[in-house]
Amino acid sequence: MNETRDLILDVEHLTMRFGGLVAIGDLSFQAHRGEITAIIGPNGAGKTTVFNCITGFYKPTEGRIALVHGDPAVLAEIDRATIEGHQFLRTDKGALFLLERMADYRVSQYARVARTFQNIRLFGGMTLLENLMVAQHNKLMVASGYTALALVGLGGYGRHEREAIDKARYWLNRVGLIDRADEPAAALSYGAQRRLEIARAMCTDPVLLCLDEPAAGLNPRESSELSDLLLFIRREHQTSILLIEHDMSVVMEISDHVVVLDYGRKISDGSPAAVRSDPNVIAAYLGVEEDEVEDVVQEVSA
Amino acid sequence: MATDDAVSARTEPSPVVAALRDAAMWGLITLLLTGPVVGLGTVASSGTYGFIQRWPLVFSMTAIAFAVRFILMMTVWRRRGAPAPRKVVADLPKSLDSLRKLFIPVFVLLAFAYPFISVFVAGGMTPGRYWIDLGVLVLTYILLGWGLNIVVGLAGLLDLGYVAFYAVGAYTFALLSMNYDLSFWVCLPIAGIIAAMFGVLLGFPVLRLRGDYLAIVTLAFGEIIRLVLINWREFTGGASGINRIPRPSFFGFEFVPSGPTSFAQFFGITHSPVHRLIFFYYVTLLLAFVVLIITIRLRRLPIGRAWEALREDEIACRSLGISVVNTKLTAFSLGAMFGGFAGTVFAARQGYISPQDFTFLTSALVLAIVVLGGLGSNLGVVFSAAVLVGGVEMLRNLGFLKQIFGNDFDPTTYRMLIFGVLMVVIMVWRPRGLISSRSPSVFLTERKTVSAAMVHEGRG
Repeated sequence: MNETRDLILDVEHLTMRFGGLVAIGDLSFQAHRGEITAIIGPNGAGKTTVFNCITGFYKPTEGRIALVHGDPAVLAEIDRATIEGHQFLRTDKGALFLLERMADYRVSQYARVARTFQNIRLFGGMTLLENLMVAQHNKLMVASGYTALALVGLGGYGRHEREAIDKARYWLNRVGLIDRADEPAAALSYGAQRRLEIARAMCTDPVLLCLDEPAAGLNPRESSELSDLLLFIRREHQTSILLIEHDMSVVMEISDHVVVLDYGRKISDGSPAAVRSDPNVIAAYLGVEEDEVEDVVQEVSA
Repeated sequence: MATDDAVSARTEPSPVVAALRDAAMWGLITLLLTGPVVGLGTVASSGTYGFIQRWPLVFSMTAIAFAVRFILMMTVWRRRGAPAPRKVVADLPKSLDSLRKLFIPVFVLLAFAYPFISVFVAGGMTPGRYWIDLGVLVLTYILLGWGLNIVVGLAGLLDLGYVAFYAVGAYTFALLSMNYDLSFWVCLPIAGIIAAMFGVLLGFPVLRLRGDYLAIVTLAFGEIIRLVLINWREFTGGASGINRIPRPSFFGFEFVPSGPTSFAQFFGITHSPVHRLIFFYYVTLLLAFVVLIITIRLRRLPIGRAWEALREDEIACRSLGISVVNTKLTAFSLGAMFGGFAGTVFAARQGYISPQDFTFLTSALVLAIVVLGGLGSNLGVVFSAAVLVGGVEMLRNLGFLKQIFGNDFDPTTYRMLIFGVLMVVIMVWRPRGLISSRSPSVFLTERKTVSAAMVHEGRG
């Protein structure tokens, strides 16, 4: 493992309770820049809840989620930011965001964390191109002078719109949907909708891309195309990826780092190879009671 | 083959029997429906009410229903046995969509020439008055429809209290011009802005509400405004309303018979009260075009796409960094502003407003115009406003039916019945409105319309 990896996401003591139910209990993990971090675990382990906390859809009961832009040295400011009650701090070298304090749309707008959904959420009645244009909303709002200038034809909005279309075209090409750009998103097949959702998330220029089960419902060929797409995004766009996935072939093939959850707690954390041979993980996936874990561990390692 | 035929002959009754059975069912339904409604009538006779019985009429209606159904079953629907289940959404609204390009220039020309056509066809200024007045009324409803279309059609927020903004616009103009002597053209933007502020006022509390709950709160908002107008007597004049609102002038020329600022005298024509109405028609038309151009441009700007995205999926919007608060509030306030414009025109045209002009019925009518036209379609609003406002008004002119049914027959009493049937027929024929397809705001190679089956209706 490379020791000089830059930290991008630091989750500390994250706890999320819904009434008496503890969905996530004291979870801490880190994700690094330019890596693909996978979060795996059995159904109901709290993976999607972690995503919802990171992307601002849920306010965590306890804990801190810090996201870094630029130089990780800004992390030194984290205690000051926490005490002084900032949502984010910008220094000349980078910026620090306390995601647990930010509203969902601000997480995307300022901290530049993009996400996809387990049950795909596209704008079905809008065309593929429109879907990708909506993703560039904030940039285009500024370019249109918050509507006022563009409404009277001032401020060179046309040029910015063409740039946005070019970006959409680039991503449509990348996910192989350019021929269907002017068709409604609801007309796409399931696999194509998954790819479009990733393209739409990428159009927000994210530094961290959170994908909630992107391979669910895909056939093996589509899964392998998905892996290539994610590797491409990491390589060419330096976007770090956080991934929830059940398809172990995808996880093991592309992740740099795997975090395993069970009943809202972290039970393993490390490289794919290390996690795969972790007896706790095996026990969790086989569904063994806590007091029997020792036995299973012995069995498995025997 | 022979055995197949034998099987089907045994299990399925012959077409004649099936048709008779079906027609009998229809006859029975007609009998049950018309029995109490048509068969019994009340008449006032010497201070008391008496019943009259019209059973021959009931039986003849039943016989007609039976016969029509039987004939249709034996001819048009013969091969299918019964009408095939119709598709819920027509694939391509060819009838309207392909003609759209041709329609628009014709419409614009027609709209501009309308007052002169009315005067010419009706044969003179005074008989033309009714038609021009109707034109202004339809245009006012088109304005209201376009405003509500932003809220309901694009942003997908069901608003049942839209009349509130119409009222705010009307009262703003009336009160400003009465109390501060401000002219129509000064009041128009102020009324729009104040209505927009009321839109924000409504928008804030309902930000978190969706669907039915949103509809109920907006309905209440409409009623609150009306009740305030009734009860705040010192300010609004209460239930008796505001009378003698100053009429707008034509660049300083007033529509009076004579005097230094008389319109007729200056242009050397004979004075006619219809001049003012024609002027009003053009003011409303101009305003409608301004609103239309703004709406069309907004739809192609990021804000318009955000409205539609909000209708499609609010959570996805939030994940893409779109502020739902700003997006909803801009939709509410712009819709309200257009409603305020319409209210100003209404107050200026009538010269008299009272809370009775702003009941829930107006909200319902405007919503019906938007839904019938097809959510999000500006052209659809024009069609349905013409049908629902103009067409229903036309039904008052059914005097010729007296020649058929005799002088006792009063056709105007059937006006609302025909209106209801018409709405049912249109919604069965085109459940997603007259123009149900959506035209994309931006395209790469070709602008393909999106079928209504794909488009969400919005849950608030």
